[in-house]
Amino acid sequence: MVESVLDVLSRVPDPEIPVVSVVDLGIVREVRDDAVVITPTYSGCPATLAIEAGIRAALDASGHGDMKIETVLSPPWTTDWISEEGRAKLHAYGIAPPSRSQVVCPRCASTDTEEISRFGSTPCKALHRCRACGEPFDLFKCH
Amino acid sequence: MASLFDHAIRLGDDALILGQRLSEWAGHAPMLEIDLALSNIGLDLIGQATHFLKLAGEEEGKGRDADALAFRRDVLDFRNCLLVEQPNGDFAQTIARQFLFSNWQELLMTEIAAAPAPALSAIGAKAVKEVAYHARYASEWVVRLGDGTEESRARMVAGLDSMWRFVDELFDPADGAASLRPAWDARIADTLHAASLDVPKPRRAVTGGRRGHHSEHLGHLLTEMQFLQRAYPGVTW
Ligand SMILES: [Zn+2]
Repeated sequence: MVESVLDVLSRVPDPEIPVVSVVDLGIVREVRDDAVVITPTYSGCPATLAIEAGIRAALDASGHGDMKIETVLSPPWTTDWISEEGRAKLHAYGIAPPSRSQVVCPRCASTDTEEISRFGSTPCKALHRCRACGEPFDLFKCH
Repeated sequence: MASLFDHAIRLGDDALILGQRLSEWAGHAPMLEIDLALSNIGLDLIGQATHFLKLAGEEEGKGRDADALAFRRDVLDFRNCLLVEQPNGDFAQTIARQFLFSNWQELLMTEIAAAPAPALSAIGAKAVKEVAYHARYASEWVVRLGDGTEESRARMVAGLDSMWRFVDELFDPADGAASLRPAWDARIADTLHAASLDVPKPRRAVTGGRRGHHSEHLGHLLTEMQFLQRAYPGVTW
């Protein structure tokens, strides 16, 4: 039961970065027999409602219409919860996964990169540039 | 000792009003990167406000949710500090306000994250990670402007001057935040030193926001923010 729900959820895309799922991002914290527990990324993430609606629709469509969705704030979401698979998908999509050390260009793998802006197109991303290939790219910020 | 409701309302109103103020910059900032930054900071604050006001509504137990508290209260019922309702002015004035507020908010959220009330501390723990970014961003701009051209320096000094009389209210002993003052003073002095700016001279403080005594600026802000719910009460989409 829990396994099949997790399987359903692993196919619910993040509305802003649809290449990763809500499970990849660590938004799904727990699946119980009667409820799915989720946590928002940033307090003001505008995708929060869309994420909940996406999960609801997927649960309903897969015969889990009686599962509730609970939102918890604690412990606060961190990018450490993004799965290895999620990190690989971000990289392949052209978004550098969060890194506590070097920022690697997702296009040419150079580490010769610089920050253009700490705030990017969504709360979770910063804008960087690669000095080797010259391309700008998004970095998923450590959080 | 303030009740949990009072506490949550104050924190929510601070974040809501400053978030609304920052949203006024969308599409008007001097550079695209600044536009993104101010919008993102505003978004974080409005998200925090949603959490704090939701909690306040639950504590109150009269069926008011975050939207009801944000859009269906009049100016006298708002409990935000006067600093956050001050107009944006020029970019330096906006940065001055953000610099003073975010450094205070980061210290406060750190304290709240460790507080005994679990509902409040959960919001604080989430907010502190976001606010640390805001404080760093504003502090970097204070240095850039203060240590920049004659023009940028003059504007930064004027911006800090215009906001300085609203600082004391942040540390009102009635709110229990007085203990944060030494750490805040040290942070502010460090950044101003790096910007080769002087700490503004003490001046007569203007207070009252926590008791609902606001400047006329807040009424104008609410007029715009609450327009839809006032014209079409209860409307949804
Ligand atoms: Zn590259």
